[in-house]
Amino acid sequence: MSLVKPKRNLHAKTISFIALMVFFGPLGDVFLRMGMKRIGAIESWTLPSTLHYFRLIITSGAIWLGIGSLLMFFVCYLMVLSWADYSFVQPASAVSYLVVALLGICVLGEAVSSGRWLGVAVICLGVLLVGHTPARTTEEPS
Amino acid sequence: MTLPEALSFLVIVFAGTGGELAVSRAMKQIGEVHDFSPRNVASVIGRAFRIGWMWFGISLMTAAFFALLAMLSWENVSFVIPVTALSYVAGAFGGQYLLGERIPTKRWLGVLLVCVGVALVCIS
Repeated sequence: MSLVKPKRNLHAKTISFIALMVFFGPLGDVFLRMGMKRIGAIESWTLPSTLHYFRLIITSGAIWLGIGSLLMFFVCYLMVLSWADYSFVQPASAVSYLVVALLGICVLGEAVSSGRWLGVAVICLGVLLVGHTPARTTEEPS
Repeated sequence: MTLPEALSFLVIVFAGTGGELAVSRAMKQIGEVHDFSPRNVASVIGRAFRIGWMWFGISLMTAAFFALLAMLSWENVSFVIPVTALSYVAGAFGGQYLLGERIPTKRWLGVLLVCVGVALVCIS
């Protein structure tokens, strides 16, 4: 029989792991973008061209840093999914879009329009609403 | 949006969400993790990978990952990542109907706002 933890602790634990996901996820995406930007778009989808493109991808340092960050993200993701609802974790982690926009500007030098900022703000508002619901609505399996 | 971009987008949304739902199902079978020492985390992950749902989920997520790589080579990261947020609608429905989660009205409103945000990002 598992111990039933106080609801507040469960919520705090969930938010802490989502914060880690929000850090590692966007960082991984930015590293991947850096790597793919250096490699460029695939020229044709023939087998030799695709294999050559795949070799370029797996020999890129930035791609491996991206994969490392995304692995950390995935471990945190697995842990939080062991107790929290998927329908809570998925939208709550949408805060990462704000982090992606910020990293896009600061690290990759990309331009983000005011309309896109508005979209990101509405996404964050949605995340706040989700954050005010219980992290788990199902019973833990015995 | 070109045809390859549209196809990649569909794979990212549906294979990605389906994979996450399968992984979530596997982790629920493991049960809540209380000990986060590296040894125990490794043990939990090892047990998770002995569940079929985990492999099914990983396969779908792998397909979504390569679609994301292709998409990232065509578009800016600050455009690609928010656009893939449409998977939140699929995720909420999947959570309710496939995983038996009870989604409160407030959470549905939150998901709706995320979708509106995505639409704003797309038309900007």
